[in-house]
Amino acid sequence: MKEVSAASNHERDPRQEAAELKDLVGSILDQARQQGATAAEVAVGSNTGLSVTVRKGDLETVEFHNDRGFGITVYVGTRKGNAHTSDASADAVRDTVRAAVHIAKYTQEDACNGLADAELMAATLPELDLYHPWAIDVHEATALATEAEAAALAFDSRIVNSEGAQLATQRNCHVYGNSHGFVEAVWGTSHSTSCSMIAADEQGLQRDYWYSVGRDHADLEDHIAVGREAARRAIARLDRRHIATGAYPVLFAPPMAASLVGHLLSAIGGTAQYRKESYLLDCIGRQVLRSDITLAEQPHRRKGLASAAFDGDGVATRAKAFVEDGVLASYVLGTYSARRLGLATSGNAGGVFNLDLIAKRRPVDELLREMGTGLVVTSLMGQGVNLVTGDYSRGAAGFWVADGEVQHPVDEVTIAANLDDVYKGIVGCGDDVDARHNIRTGSLLVAEMTVAA
Amino acid sequence: MATANTTTNTMDAARKALWDAGDIAQQDVDRLLGQLTRRDIDTGELFFQLARHESWMLEDGTVKNGAFGVDRGVGVRAISGEKTGFAYAEDVVLPALLDATKAARSIARGTGGGSAKALAPAAVPQRYAAVDPIASATEDAKVALLQRIDAFARSLDTRVSEVTARVSLNHETNLVVATDGTLCADVRPLARFDVSVIAVQGGRRERGSSGGGGRFDAAWLFDTDAAENYAREAVRMALLNLDAVNAPAGAMPVVLGPGWPGVLLHEAVGHGLEGDFNRKGTSAFAGRIGEKVASELCTVVDDATLPERRGSLSVDDEGTPGQRTTLIEGGILKGYLQDKHNARLMGVASTGNGRRESYAHLPMPRMTNTFLLPGESEPEEIIASVEKGVYAVSFGGGQVDITSGKFTFSATEAYLIENGKLGPPIRGATLSGNGPAVMGRVAMVGNNLELDQGVGVCGKNGQGVPVGVGQPTLKIDEITVGGTSA
Repeated sequence: MKEVSAASNHERDPRQEAAELKDLVGSILDQARQQGATAAEVAVGSNTGLSVTVRKGDLETVEFHNDRGFGITVYVGTRKGNAHTSDASADAVRDTVRAAVHIAKYTQEDACNGLADAELMAATLPELDLYHPWAIDVHEATALATEAEAAALAFDSRIVNSEGAQLATQRNCHVYGNSHGFVEAVWGTSHSTSCSMIAADEQGLQRDYWYSVGRDHADLEDHIAVGREAARRAIARLDRRHIATGAYPVLFAPPMAASLVGHLLSAIGGTAQYRKESYLLDCIGRQVLRSDITLAEQPHRRKGLASAAFDGDGVATRAKAFVEDGVLASYVLGTYSARRLGLATSGNAGGVFNLDLIAKRRPVDELLREMGTGLVVTSLMGQGVNLVTGDYSRGAAGFWVADGEVQHPVDEVTIAANLDDVYKGIVGCGDDVDARHNIRTGSLLVAEMTVAA
Repeated sequence: MATANTTTNTMDAARKALWDAGDIAQQDVDRLLGQLTRRDIDTGELFFQLARHESWMLEDGTVKNGAFGVDRGVGVRAISGEKTGFAYAEDVVLPALLDATKAARSIARGTGGGSAKALAPAAVPQRYAAVDPIASATEDAKVALLQRIDAFARSLDTRVSEVTARVSLNHETNLVVATDGTLCADVRPLARFDVSVIAVQGGRRERGSSGGGGRFDAAWLFDTDAAENYAREAVRMALLNLDAVNAPAGAMPVVLGPGWPGVLLHEAVGHGLEGDFNRKGTSAFAGRIGEKVASELCTVVDDATLPERRGSLSVDDEGTPGQRTTLIEGGILKGYLQDKHNARLMGVASTGNGRRESYAHLPMPRMTNTFLLPGESEPEEIIASVEKGVYAVSFGGGQVDITSGKFTFSATEAYLIENGKLGPPIRGATLSGNGPAVMGRVAMVGNNLELDQGVGVCGKNGQGVPVGVGQPTLKIDEITVGGTSA
């Protein structure tokens, strides 16, 4: 594998790469000023990685990733223009800056445009411990993926096929700079193992998957366990039975619970707020969840998958609650949306950074007993979420629960309710927290939704 | 004759944009392909791409933002048996291409013949003109268009409170060379206009949206009242939804309107007929060629050859000419959608459906324009045949699990049907079912085939590509409607 240059990129010192990218950002900002921008901001990203997929015991694909590109936003007074390119050559930099300045000649004045205030820039960068390169070559990666898949194929005779097992590793360096003189770099790594298996019975085929992801490969779930869990989940979907349409309690398993929390974060997002595209308008200080639930952000968590020292505007991130004891404390704001709303930025240009749902955590068995009869949702499909009205109606699959015990899998149903009722109807939180997601939550028990079958 | 001439012009333009710009000569390309064949490689390919795009966006009555982007790169793929090696370079210069070539071929051991077939350009029918939508109007005109539409939408009804509108223009130049002698270029325009409004009445807010586009320049926005029509449609939908009642819940008959509801076919059958899933046996349709998989009223085709449609392709991203493929005929499964790799492994020919999001992504079998052919029923007679059910005419989007066949799609405009007549509009409901089962329950097919307006994006394995869908009005005897009104 000596000839494979992309595979040995992990050996490169990230500080050196960061220094090069910072120089590039500095020169782009200089050119923007020379070309007439009164302010400018630049984001440069570099991402290199390897992913290996094995299917039915044989290597299927090896992909080498090597992306580098930048985006620039220029301001000419209060007019704004954007441009980006994958090409960092001198000619492309010049053309891209020129394109952004050109666009800003035609866009209209907007007093809310501009950089974040200089005093909000991240003054010191906390150590986030995000960089843990994995010195793994294609052969070793193939061997691990092969073992994970073999464990899944051997799990049960009803595992009849495989969509493959994958191992992926990447390192990235991100530099943001603006004409306040702020130019900072962050670098990190991300590694994952995943497996997707197919089980069959006389009713047909069912597929499910599992994955593990982390900044440090030492923190990944054992690859054999990932394979076995993918198989166990596919098998658990077999022998599905029909249920009757009706109103029932619904327990969202952790990854699905995270998606539910994500819709709330979108509804309180700055863009949805100033565009009035949210069912939750003018609701600071109002109850949006039950009083025993808090949503808080921890941007500086060491090794966190979404950890960040500064947001997309260069603004220092900080720990805070968006919802405290069920009451909305803050919207999710970047500089522009905050100005539109007459508020201060929350340091969330680009989204939330490690969000925890904090509540009393209870064993899932206890939640099932409280539920009595209802539906556990383990997968959701489709786009049936309307944040303007709060109407929620999505395809779902999972397990039917009666007398507090899981009875059988359920498929091809929909669950529907208004999101405001769903959030205020969250009556329990499980202790099964999923640490793989930017939004960390356990299972969430919702008192009632309409289940159509 | 005109075809051959245009193909030559396209090739010249592509060579200039992709090879000359990086001092790449024909003999360099020959050398790279030769490098690919020095290992035990069945086939290897280089995909050169220059993609430019520009968009302008209006909100709050002002054109707030414009964006311009250029992406240039080369994807190198090497295939040995079922193994694929892939790498790409963003510097289109020889050293970077040699590195990517070495990385891609590293999947294979042993030594190969060391020579690729001589490159042979083929004339292909052009399905759209090699125009540049970005250059087809001035910046002032694009800004003025958005302002005009904002004012027009607000003039239609005082309940319109917010308007956002966007014009997106793309120009893509692709050049593919492969060890099988393929040498093919394509210049693809893609234009799109979107408008979304919020209407307010009392305490209630509803959204309506519309848009359209295709593989042409921006003239249709300036020379016709198309943009006004999109705005009118968005306002109509938002106002309609202000009066919508809760959707019913449970299994019932559903009538789907013509055009965009063809997303049903895209989800319920289209993805399940892509060659990769069927080669691997992971699709609910695997191994079922010649079997009945839908009601006899259903004939479904994928057609890349329609002029200037959003999903159309003169050639696919592997250099295979776009074509019309019959997937289901009279309810019988006839064929799959193939790229070269899956076709070779399944012992069939590519159907010209090898597509990729960009040079940085691997090609896969993908749909182009997928639609159901018209039947004989009058649309009114189809609605009149339903005692109690739902009539759905617009959808936000859908998703399918190709293994189990289950799919969902979410209505953005729908009505109750009561005693054969249209009732009140209903709030967004998701329809859910199993692809083969639902297709078997298609009970009536209208004589009114329509294609969508040109806004579809299909996602698969994280790659998005533009597609078209279509169908006539059709009735499904029973499908699950996911409302809240049990």
